[in-house]
Amino acid sequence: MLRVDVSKQLGEFVIEAAFASEGRVTGLFGASGAGKTSLINMIAGLLKPDRGTVAIDGDILDDTATRAHIPAHRRRIGYVFQDARLFPHLDVGQNLDYGRRMNRLAPDAANQARVIDLLDIGTLLDRRPGQLSGGERQRVALGRALLAQPRLLLLDEPLGSLDDERKAEILPYLVRLRDEANVPMVYVSHDADEMRQLATQIVMLKRGRVTAFGGAEVLPA
Amino acid sequence: MFDISPTEWTAILLSLRVAVVATLVATPIGIGVAWLLARRDFWGKSVVDALIHLPLVLPPVVTGYLLLLTFGRRGLVGAWLADHLGIVFAFRWTGAALACGIMSFPLLVRPIRLSIEAIDKRLEQAAGTLGAAPWRVFTSVTLPLALPGVLAGMVLGFAKAIGEFGATITFVSNIPGETQTISSAIYSLIQTPDGDTAALRLVIVSIVIAMGALIASEFFARRATQRLHGN
Repeated sequence: MLRVDVSKQLGEFVIEAAFASEGRVTGLFGASGAGKTSLINMIAGLLKPDRGTVAIDGDILDDTATRAHIPAHRRRIGYVFQDARLFPHLDVGQNLDYGRRMNRLAPDAANQARVIDLLDIGTLLDRRPGQLSGGERQRVALGRALLAQPRLLLLDEPLGSLDDERKAEILPYLVRLRDEANVPMVYVSHDADEMRQLATQIVMLKRGRVTAFGGAEVLPA
Repeated sequence: MFDISPTEWTAILLSLRVAVVATLVATPIGIGVAWLLARRDFWGKSVVDALIHLPLVLPPVVTGYLLLLTFGRRGLVGAWLADHLGIVFAFRWTGAALACGIMSFPLLVRPIRLSIEAIDKRLEQAAGTLGAAPWRVFTSVTLPLALPGVLAGMVLGFAKAIGEFGATITFVSNIPGETQTISSAIYSLIQTPDGDTAALRLVIVSIVIAMGALIASEFFARRATQRLHGN
């Protein structure tokens, strides 16, 4: 269960958002500039709320009342950015292994093989990020985040920088991820179709505020 | 003409030793300072920045004299170091290394700082979300990506240290075998009748070393760009 109740002032813009979600994929839906990225940055611990709380399964990550703030690297929350952000000095295999090394997890060949298989990236392991297509890069970024064994996975418009053909290429992987990976996700997008295909619960965000919460019925037709 | 005499060899080897030690000691400090300047905002940052660049614009003889006042036998720091730790800089080759390290510091820091600034901060953020604590982000992402810049800075700093003259001769004088580097040896030879040929030999040696360093630095700078693009 993810509980968010935060407010944050960013220049002129104010975010005041509260929701609690138990869905496998919580869709954070809204136009660009609605505050979606800032909101998940607060969940990730990359941005500190001015006021409020963030908690997962009763575990407090942020509570401004008690000044609790767990830094991003200790939250065990995976993050897939719109622009992949693979490490350019490491090959794909090393990128995938990065989270495991940083969290000092024991090597788990079975899990690694499962994720690599799920995302179809087995043939890319020796390549450098600069030699990958946009879609391949995004799949590797997904794998890298999953292999750090997060308890929650944030996806910030992971299809945002891809053309329609590439989107159609990645979307099935995201559906597989939802159904097979067993990690709850928060999926950010301004695309109602993606939301319908992926999200099990939807948080509608407008100008920094939650305006609707529920199933696919809250999406614009 | 190309018959290098033992005295000249001594000066060349001493110059190399001074420059290598100065560069190796200054590099970790330079990386720390470059990181602070590139990634942190703090009170007095512009003063720190100016202080580092000061040796570049001050007359070298002033820097040398300040070193003598500070690190000389009766200097504030020098007396303490000599009494408590037995470390003496004045009129020793270690003093030449200190002078060269300080004089070359701005040239060492600059490429490192630029290469750290060129690294996409969002990569460091991504490393954080993957569980890397700040110091591991530094060692696993920032430093490897800045490495070509670090090498370029080391090469430039080394070249500057090899050529340093004013601050060194002011601080540690010009003692053959102890503090006489290539530069001060050339200076002495020019003052000596019949010293021209020997001076010319050392001039050629220093040109070769400097050129080699600059070419190496250019090579590392090119590597840096490739590395950041992940090819």
